[in-house]
Amino acid sequence: MAFQVSLGDTAVAERAATKLKINNLNFFYGTFQGLRNISLEIPEKQVTAFIGPSGCGKSTLLRVLNRMYSLYPGQRAEGEVLFNGQNVLDSKYDLNALRGQVGMVFQKPTPFPMSIYDNIAFGVKLYEKLSRSDMDERVEWALKKASLWTEAKDKLNQSGLSLSGGQQQRLCIARGIAVKPEVLLLDEPTSALDPISTARIEELVSELRTDYTIVMVTHNMQQAARVSQHTAYMYLGELVEFTPTAQIFVKPKDKRTEDYITGRFG
Amino acid sequence: MSDVAKAVSNDRANNPIYRRRVWVNRFNMTMSMATMAFGMVFLIWILITLFSKGFAAFGPQLFTQMTPPPGSDGGLANAIFGSALMVGASVLIATPVGIMAGIYLVEVGRDNWVAKITRFVNDILLSAPSIVIGLFVYSLIVFQVRHYSGWAGAVALAIIAVPVVVRTTENMLMLVPNSLREAAVALGAPMWKVVLMVTLKAVRGGVITGILLALARVSGETAPLLFTSLNNQFWSTDMNAPMANLPVVIFQFAMSPYEDWQRLAWAGALLITLTVLLLNILARTVFRQKTQ
Repeated sequence: MAFQVSLGDTAVAERAATKLKINNLNFFYGTFQGLRNISLEIPEKQVTAFIGPSGCGKSTLLRVLNRMYSLYPGQRAEGEVLFNGQNVLDSKYDLNALRGQVGMVFQKPTPFPMSIYDNIAFGVKLYEKLSRSDMDERVEWALKKASLWTEAKDKLNQSGLSLSGGQQQRLCIARGIAVKPEVLLLDEPTSALDPISTARIEELVSELRTDYTIVMVTHNMQQAARVSQHTAYMYLGELVEFTPTAQIFVKPKDKRTEDYITGRFG
Repeated sequence: MSDVAKAVSNDRANNPIYRRRVWVNRFNMTMSMATMAFGMVFLIWILITLFSKGFAAFGPQLFTQMTPPPGSDGGLANAIFGSALMVGASVLIATPVGIMAGIYLVEVGRDNWVAKITRFVNDILLSAPSIVIGLFVYSLIVFQVRHYSGWAGAVALAIIAVPVVVRTTENMLMLVPNSLREAAVALGAPMWKVVLMVTLKAVRGGVITGILLALARVSGETAPLLFTSLNNQFWSTDMNAPMANLPVVIFQFAMSPYEDWQRLAWAGALLITLTVLLLNILARTVFRQKTQ
């Protein structure tokens, strides 16, 4: 299987500082253990991809990073996730502040039932009190970043639901970056999109890397190879391998990783 | 069709299992059509009677003149106004209570014991006989203040409307996909903003429909008003005094031996039916528009 991995990325991958440090993380859905003893360091201003077969826990791990699981009683995490030196799993950690710094984009596009403009302003207003013109600027900035501006600039007052699926997903990304988080979590952001929209979002992710730390769950190994600098392979709730992307697809260390990426399994 | 295919399809048509299925299907279709017709016959019968007798007494005087003493001309103006006032007040009371309870059940409580009990009590309230609610408000308000009043009527109607609003709000909010909720939470929005600006907004058409249906439901209630607002021969805007209203006027006039009163009762009955019909149509169009 041929993957296009630029070898220059290996050098980039090795130079990064750590943004999120996960120590001995265990996760439970009631009595079922979804994650087993995960330790992982997510590098700053790079793209980290989580891959693995369905049910391996990659989305679960992503949802620990912004404590999304806390919405559901019965789900709990043990261990440590250090973000800027503080453990976000601490019950006293301010969740709304955390989510302001760690944004998330979901598998299915989820525009809010309001105008395109308000979809973006909604999140910004949670943290900043901007004048009308500053807000206009911010909305434009976010839409440009998400390469949606040219398509949306003439219909900012129309409902976000009036956009196509790919546009909606870019709107969700714009919404996520408009609040200027430090980390952006992407949960299979292209799995509901056509190849053209997928390509645009992949380009976008590569561009966003200069300003944001990005963690992405994907089912698509080529996608991981194309956009990420680091890849974690997970299987049955365990972290099997975590290395620079260039390495994992060319020369995986673990037999299970090799089986998965060569398509012999999963 | 090739010969082989024809042979097979001929064979299928004569296949005993297939033929039995055709007959079972015909039988069941006939039965379900018959039961539907049975129901429709009575509905249409009621409507025809109502329209023919009601229209005979219909006219502008219904809306301009007061309920008359027997033997003289009159209309239903005070009753229409009283009904509108009490029904309006009851919906104003029931809407916030019902919506907030619905929000609690879906967004906060979900499956905790308070939510479970609330859901159970709401189900009971939804099917409680309205006369019981009338008696309850009678002993709670009318008996305490020693007189019938429009407010007591509005409260009784509100108690009937609340469970309807709770149920529709709950059902509508349950339809909101969790992904939308999570998307708002993921931006760091506090719960009240998630609910008010995202989830409730996403289903506002359905919630408005629920309120309109509650309005339709209470506008025909008689029993609770009999014990609470009673009736008033005259034009009254005082919610602290007994108040005329269509259902009780219809009840009294229809039971009376006077023919002119009976005619007015028919007109009132038609008026209520038309109002309820209109509200239902309105609710359907609102729901259709807002859910698209």
